[in-house]
Amino acid sequence: MPLTENEFRPKIVAFCCNWCSYAGADLAGSSRLSYPADVKIIKVPCSCRVNPMFILRAFEKGADGVILCGCHPGDCHYSTGNYYARRRMTLLFSMLDYLGIEKGRTRVEWVSAAEGVKFSQTMNEFVEKIKSLGENVRLGDLRCKN
Amino acid sequence: MQELVNRAKELLANGTVQRVLGWKAGDMAYNPEPSYFESEADLSEFVYDAFCGANLSKYMIEASKKEGKTLVFLKPCDSYSFNQLLKEHRVDRDKAYIIGVGCKGKLDIEKIKKEGIKGIESISGIGMEDACDTLKIGTLYGDKECSYQDVMLERCHVCKGKDHVVFDETLLESRDTVDSERFHEVEKIEKMSPEEKFQFFQKELSKCIRCNACRNVCPACSCRKCVFDSTKFDSAQKANVDPFQEKMFHIIRAFHVAGRCTDCGECSRVCPQGIRLHLFNRKFIKDINEFYGDYTAGEDINQEAPLTHFEFSDREPNEERG
Ligand code: SF4
Ligand code: SF4
Ligand code: SF4
Ligand code: FES
Repeated sequence: MPLTENEFRPKIVAFCCNWCSYAGADLAGSSRLSYPADVKIIKVPCSCRVNPMFILRAFEKGADGVILCGCHPGDCHYSTGNYYARRRMTLLFSMLDYLGIEKGRTRVEWVSAAEGVKFSQTMNEFVEKIKSLGENVRLGDLRCKN
Repeated sequence: MQELVNRAKELLANGTVQRVLGWKAGDMAYNPEPSYFESEADLSEFVYDAFCGANLSKYMIEASKKEGKTLVFLKPCDSYSFNQLLKEHRVDRDKAYIIGVGCKGKLDIEKIKKEGIKGIESISGIGMEDACDTLKIGTLYGDKECSYQDVMLERCHVCKGKDHVVFDETLLESRDTVDSERFHEVEKIEKMSPEEKFQFFQKELSKCIRCNACRNVCPACSCRKCVFDSTKFDSAQKANVDPFQEKMFHIIRAFHVAGRCTDCGECSRVCPQGIRLHLFNRKFIKDINEFYGDYTAGEDINQEAPLTHFEFSDREPNEERG
């Protein structure tokens, strides 16, 4: 698909845990499955390493969407990290929604090391979703001092 | 009130406590402030009336490090904060002698001023022995009256109840003050469209002057090192060096106390800009109740805290959320 000059290219940050999702991304790459270059992966030791502030920081720095990927529940390398991450992200996303930040801009997906296909699909879908939402203007600054 | 002073004197005299933590008369009828009283003589300045909204439990962190016991007066809502601090090992139960004091609802001076009552010289009808239905206010412009209920602090309209969750003894009668639903405002906001929500909060938060009062007063905000303090300039705010801390202040603050905030109402009470910080805290409380089962921070120190606990069957973050 040729790029039209003003096409919106979203900035997406994907936090991926080292043990499953990052390996899943690797597999997607080595299997030549494509996912948009708009996705910038940040490797973290475990999904629960992601302090809710990281998500906010990504938005503040200009991300249009942020996704967190970790091992499937039950498969976390550290046994329970993703269960805690799940509660934190549930509450954080609900709060963002409450503040008027569109729900679609935040996402959590469990992707295993064998799920290269799921990884590429998830990222493609997420990028499409963010494209439809457009640029994130709200979470740069909650106040009207932009 | 005299009852409290008498009891404090007794406990000082018989050596049960070394000092008393209570409220001291301010320069106006409406601004008593938290204070230590070291002796019987000091207690002449002690007050306990409808303006003693200040929650003394956070001071017990410091008092726990002092020699001997401190007598502390806690209102029903304050006792939740103390209990929560106990759960987090920030206060020492053995260093506290707690008198749970009754409460008839505390007043908000800003609401009185909003009624157009200015130049206040005296206020009566605020004592614990009073009926607490009408306030008689002497002003530079003559005598005024207003309804007690109408000028109560927001938190008193949705009071958690008048039972103390931790105490050594209790004194003075309480009365029920609840006349609205705690999550009503949150529910109203939840029903707005994303645009409306954002506009609403942007308007509210743009008033913030980042004075940190809401953090400083909060019993749950008792970290020795706070993310909002700069590492470079001692007590200086990080906002000066990193705009992130400033832009996201309200979400971060609320998240840091999520699952630990007892909804004591102090943050909203002290905000000089009248920002309704409880709208953030209560959103988390409401979500926690809905997603993980009813939980009241500070109520039971043995209950699992919602954010340091999980169930295999917890909902997924992407689920349709209200
Ligand atoms: S919340 Fe309840 S206990 Fe606390 S000051 Fe108000 S009325 Fe009193
Ligand atoms: S956030 Fe506000 S209501 Fe909650 S504990 Fe702190 S001061 Fe009290
Ligand atoms: S007390 Fe009010 S003005 Fe001060 S930092 Fe908190 S919200 Fe902002
Ligand atoms: S190691 Fe992957 S989620 Fe914990």
